[in-house]
Amino acid sequence: MSGSSIDEFVDREYQWGFVTDIESDVIPPGLSEDIIRLISSKKDEPEWLLEWRLKAYRGWLKMTEPHWAHVHYDPIDYNDMIYYAAPKTVKPLGSLDEVDPKLLETYEKLGIPLAEQKRLTGVAVDAIFDSVSVATTYKETLAKEGVTFCSFSEAVKEHPEIVRKYLGSVVPHSDNFFAALNAAVFSDGSFVFIPKGVRCPMELSTYFRINAANTGQFERTLIIAEEGASVSYLEGCTAPMRDENQLHAAVVELIALDDATIKYSTVQNWYSGDENGVGGVYNFVTKRGKCAGVNSRITWTQVETGSAITWKYPSVILQGDNSVGEFYSVAVVNRYQQADTGTKMIHIGKNTRSTIISKGISAGHGNNSYRGLVKVLPKAEGARNYTQCDSMLIGNECGAHTFPYIDIQNDTTSMEHEASTRKIGEDQIFYCKQRGMTTEDAISLIVNGFAKEVFQYLPMEFAVEAQNLLGITLEGSVG
Amino acid sequence: MLEITNLHAGAEGVEILKGINLTVNAGEVHAIMGPNGSGKSTLAQVLAGREDYQVTEGTVRYEGKDLLEMEPEERALAGLFMAFQYPVEIPGVTNAYFLRVAYNALRKSRGLEEVDPLDFMDLIDEKLKTVEWSADILERQVNAGMSGGEKKRNEILQMAVLEPKLAVLDETDSGLDIDALKIVAQGVNNMRRPDNALLVITHYQRLLNYIVPDYVHVLVDGRIVKSGGKELALELEAQGYEWVQEAGAAS
Repeated sequence: MSGSSIDEFVDREYQWGFVTDIESDVIPPGLSEDIIRLISSKKDEPEWLLEWRLKAYRGWLKMTEPHWAHVHYDPIDYNDMIYYAAPKTVKPLGSLDEVDPKLLETYEKLGIPLAEQKRLTGVAVDAIFDSVSVATTYKETLAKEGVTFCSFSEAVKEHPEIVRKYLGSVVPHSDNFFAALNAAVFSDGSFVFIPKGVRCPMELSTYFRINAANTGQFERTLIIAEEGASVSYLEGCTAPMRDENQLHAAVVELIALDDATIKYSTVQNWYSGDENGVGGVYNFVTKRGKCAGVNSRITWTQVETGSAITWKYPSVILQGDNSVGEFYSVAVVNRYQQADTGTKMIHIGKNTRSTIISKGISAGHGNNSYRGLVKVLPKAEGARNYTQCDSMLIGNECGAHTFPYIDIQNDTTSMEHEASTRKIGEDQIFYCKQRGMTTEDAISLIVNGFAKEVFQYLPMEFAVEAQNLLGITLEGSVG
Repeated sequence: MLEITNLHAGAEGVEILKGINLTVNAGEVHAIMGPNGSGKSTLAQVLAGREDYQVTEGTVRYEGKDLLEMEPEERALAGLFMAFQYPVEIPGVTNAYFLRVAYNALRKSRGLEEVDPLDFMDLIDEKLKTVEWSADILERQVNAGMSGGEKKRNEILQMAVLEPKLAVLDETDSGLDIDALKIVAQGVNNMRRPDNALLVITHYQRLLNYIVPDYVHVLVDGRIVKSGGKELALELEAQGYEWVQEAGAAS
């Protein structure tokens, strides 16, 4: 940007960057079959799960880290990382009263009160701290409706047959390098099961918090909506400010049976590194949903404001006839953040429809790439896709890139693709300032206008939070 | 209220304003007329604080303060409003939201509580009447997808909400058909009070039939070459700018 009005920003500290001083059970760094056995034994897992992990690990050893994404980082030493850290005071399946007050305090500080009297109304929360789930609210209320919402570890114990049936059915352990790594070492995550015909009565939400140093977080989430069931789920994430990069390699699998609907929203706010690009979370995530049944629908909505590097492509396999896949994304990069994100829509069933709306905002020295694949297989008669990719640039040092891939193997497909790039203008900022707004408020207003199309898909409670987050992320976006 | 003394300003090293002197008192309407390229819009932009223009000499005092030292938003909060010649589009942001953010910025600066969307709706109903608009316009995006005339009307709506002490109308008449011109002028006239003032910048006399000025100044090549009453505008219309240019050269 030519003018200096944007220069006047002062950087605000990342307000979620504090560290909770708590004694942790940390295993030695490094990755080996022994480490995997150790994690599995700590979680008291059944033999089949350990075997699954080991199979994944052996496969992973033969894989190489992918480097096709438009991101750059120093090599990751997978043997220098800690794969399991848990607060010592967490008792497996303990009630909320037994949760360490320090942990409750941590979540309260993050705006996610867990205590009975303070909890968010209408939203059930699973709180994950480093490698373990520390609490899940409204569990009993949900159980009455037949909804299972618990930590992954608990699900393995309580509902092994369901876990075994669906684990890896959408993202196999051999899927990709990071998914294989996750399958080998995953520690916890959320599990949701909505039985036939049940509409989940409240928003479900998982809050991921990385606290321990030098530790990777490898959570695994599994959501199953049976015939005619529906659920809306939201995840949020933050981490302390540290100079070392931390790896977060999660896997999320969604399964929607006939007439089922799953709405999965993410507000990702991992620590993004300092103004010189030091530190921050590497967010290398595999998220995929399968519309297994007819008339099913899966919607991914993501607001990505944090992380040093984001590598993630929430995708939908449209297997059931008339199924619908949607991807709505706002990705913001500032300072030295890099994001390579998008989606894959795989049309298999007849009359399947997909919609992709991606809004990329680049500021500072940030680099933002949209990467998306629309694939229509030969039997997908009457498939339709609409794709819209818009980029907004703030300043002259940032970048926006679009990599659309299209693979159509059926003549009856209808496809629309729109793309635009615009620069936030000094004239827009000046206009707002002439009406009495500060530069910060002006940028926040303009950017929120740009991203509005996506925000409307977020659950109401989180849309406001996302808007504020956008404003904060762009503070200090020097031109 | 506004006192401009020997103001020199330009952009990219080219001097555009070459010594402007102008005093505007509360309750007055001043019109600035001049041919294209005479510096009319530059004057408006300098008053509003656009950074593309550099002031090289002279002073501007507004309400006893050094205006040139103030940030654009400080000027706005101090009651200086500019109706843009080319109102800027902000896609995705509704008029209602934009107006409320601006209105609340003003309230905040005066130590008042911000108004919530519902209370704001009550307030804006009144304001919509000044520009003869229905509430539909509030859900439209700020200037995006609006016709030229609608954009100008939208500027006056913003002015009505913000109730400035000094409003600078930068060629608000350009691009307006006669009906829209009347509505806009009527809206502006309704806002005239003994404690506020208007600076109307225009190329044509037409607008001044509806917003009647107390003083008319003719700007040529960065200087005010002639000042007079409202009849001066009619003379200009009849004789063209060449007449004053010659007069200016002779004086």
